[in-house]
Amino acid sequence: MAEPLPRTPVLDASEGLAKLATYPFQILAFIGPDGYPVSVAVEATTDPASGVVSFGAPAGLTVPADADVSLTGSHIRPQPGYGYDERRHVTVWGRAATDGGRVTFRAARAWGWDESEVSFFEYSERSVAQSRRYFDALSAERGTPVKPRLSFGWLALRTTRLPFLTATFVPVILGIAIAARQGAFDLVTAVLTVVGAAFVQLGLNVANDVFDTVQGADDANVTPTQFSGGSRVIQYGLVSLRQMAGLATLFYLAAALIGLLLLALRGSPALLAIGVIGFIVSIGYTAPPLKLVYRGLGEIAVAIGFGPLMLLGAYVVQTRGALSWEPFVASLPIALLVALILYVNEIPDRRSDARAGKRTLPVRLPKATVVNGYRAAAVASYAILVGGVAVGVLPIPALLALLTIPLALRVSRGLEPNYDNPYGLMAVMGVNVKLHLYAGLLLLAGYLVVLIAGAIAPSVPLFLR
Amino acid sequence: MTTLPEPVERLLDAALVGELTVVDGTGHPVTYPLIPLYDGERIYMTSSTLFSKKLEHIKANPRVAVSITDPVAVGGRTDRATIQGDARVIEEDPHGGWERILPIWEKKEPAIVAFLKARVALPLFFERSLIEITPRRSLYWSDGDAAVAPLVAVAEGNGKEAA
Repeated sequence: MAEPLPRTPVLDASEGLAKLATYPFQILAFIGPDGYPVSVAVEATTDPASGVVSFGAPAGLTVPADADVSLTGSHIRPQPGYGYDERRHVTVWGRAATDGGRVTFRAARAWGWDESEVSFFEYSERSVAQSRRYFDALSAERGTPVKPRLSFGWLALRTTRLPFLTATFVPVILGIAIAARQGAFDLVTAVLTVVGAAFVQLGLNVANDVFDTVQGADDANVTPTQFSGGSRVIQYGLVSLRQMAGLATLFYLAAALIGLLLLALRGSPALLAIGVIGFIVSIGYTAPPLKLVYRGLGEIAVAIGFGPLMLLGAYVVQTRGALSWEPFVASLPIALLVALILYVNEIPDRRSDARAGKRTLPVRLPKATVVNGYRAAAVASYAILVGGVAVGVLPIPALLALLTIPLALRVSRGLEPNYDNPYGLMAVMGVNVKLHLYAGLLLLAGYLVVLIAGAIAPSVPLFLR
Repeated sequence: MTTLPEPVERLLDAALVGELTVVDGTGHPVTYPLIPLYDGERIYMTSSTLFSKKLEHIKANPRVAVSITDPVAVGGRTDRATIQGDARVIEEDPHGGWERILPIWEKKEPAIVAFLKARVALPLFFERSLIEITPRRSLYWSDGDAAVAPLVAVAEGNGKEAA
């Protein structure tokens, strides 16, 4: 299990005092004789070296002698029409002594938050346990469970990570398109393939959260983003671990049923083999005993699963088991680009992954190697595409996918400066997801061109052979 | 029913941020920067369940103080005020009950409505409780200087006294 996380970064008294000294004034707070807190702005003099702070006693108010008081510094920057930003605050406590007109105390402890040091999102993640305690206490008080909620639509979207289904649609539809280009197409089994493959990915997404929670990786992650760190629905108390396990089972059952139907309709040894391997890779991605992603094999598993397996699987359903080089070669750039999505998404998670024993490539490798690894894999994906066209395996219009090179360059250039900034990396991760999607769509567009050209001008050569 | 002196009300209406001070379980003051929302009678603040320790303190000891001290947060005004009062945590529906205060909140932080529409991105931030503060006494520093005794007003009965 992951070690417990501090709610906010540790702030000792001298650090707190040093921070307090940066505020133009401080809010003195103490408990008045009637039991109500009293707060008043003062201008304190701080000496971080000695840990002593002093200020003029506020007129008309009696600061209690030998009682704990606090001084708070607070800052915002107003943004008219929007709200404010640059939030930071710090509070230092100490036992007050009044000497003449001045109050002094020695800083004993401090607490605070500065969003330039700990982002609001990380601060929120670090505070999830407090939210859990709140709902537990409220449930105990009412004698009935009280839980955080989301509307069904948002919850379904978040739980299943539905937008990431593009990782499935791209290779599956491409496999169907290549088969169609070769003259093999059946609408019913094509639709069943898309739906079945989608259920596999939904099962994988949900199972991934279940096993990452059980193994502590998601709990240890305090810098999740919309692309990394899991759906968080278990951590947030929106869905229970048991419900998630049930949902993953349902998705896999639905996928298995459709798989069996496809076997019955278009069965072949190739389809059976692809189905069995796909199921093992999908479950074994995070689940023991394989735990592929925990062993640094996640990229390979994702590349195989969302590259050749999905694409060839969709292809052989249409061709009734016949295999060829074209779908395999076409699957390789897609495989590399989808693996690069995971690869980049693992960068912000690497510290929490390391704590949870999840030895991903960004955990194992130094920054320069990770960045160069991205560049090498991206170059390889385009090289395979060009090579495939050059040797006549892929059609010339497949080169449309080269239009995504600027996106790959943006990701490549964005990795290094944002490597240690999860929220800065979010934009880079977004571009990386688009890179895979657009490359896949452009490959599909290339095949559409081939299909249309084949129908209206079959004599036009679209392969270099 | 107006319970606070007019300058204090104006500060409450203007303040983007105030400081809520509560009493913790060991009798120490704990101060939290929060947006004060004033409806002309009571002061409201909201707290996400993520940062709900303050709610535990209030439930154990409802005596609180709200101060408005930062000229930057009140459009450059230099006067300051502190309002002492009794707080009540309203938490019947942490998911949406607090939204009744949204119109006042939106006036100070317009972006909150857009954030709320995207609550799926940060669900627990929008699971919130309301803190309702009934003012008992206010302290007002017309020039913001604590070297000068504040004007003290008792909210109930509107009696005024020199500190």
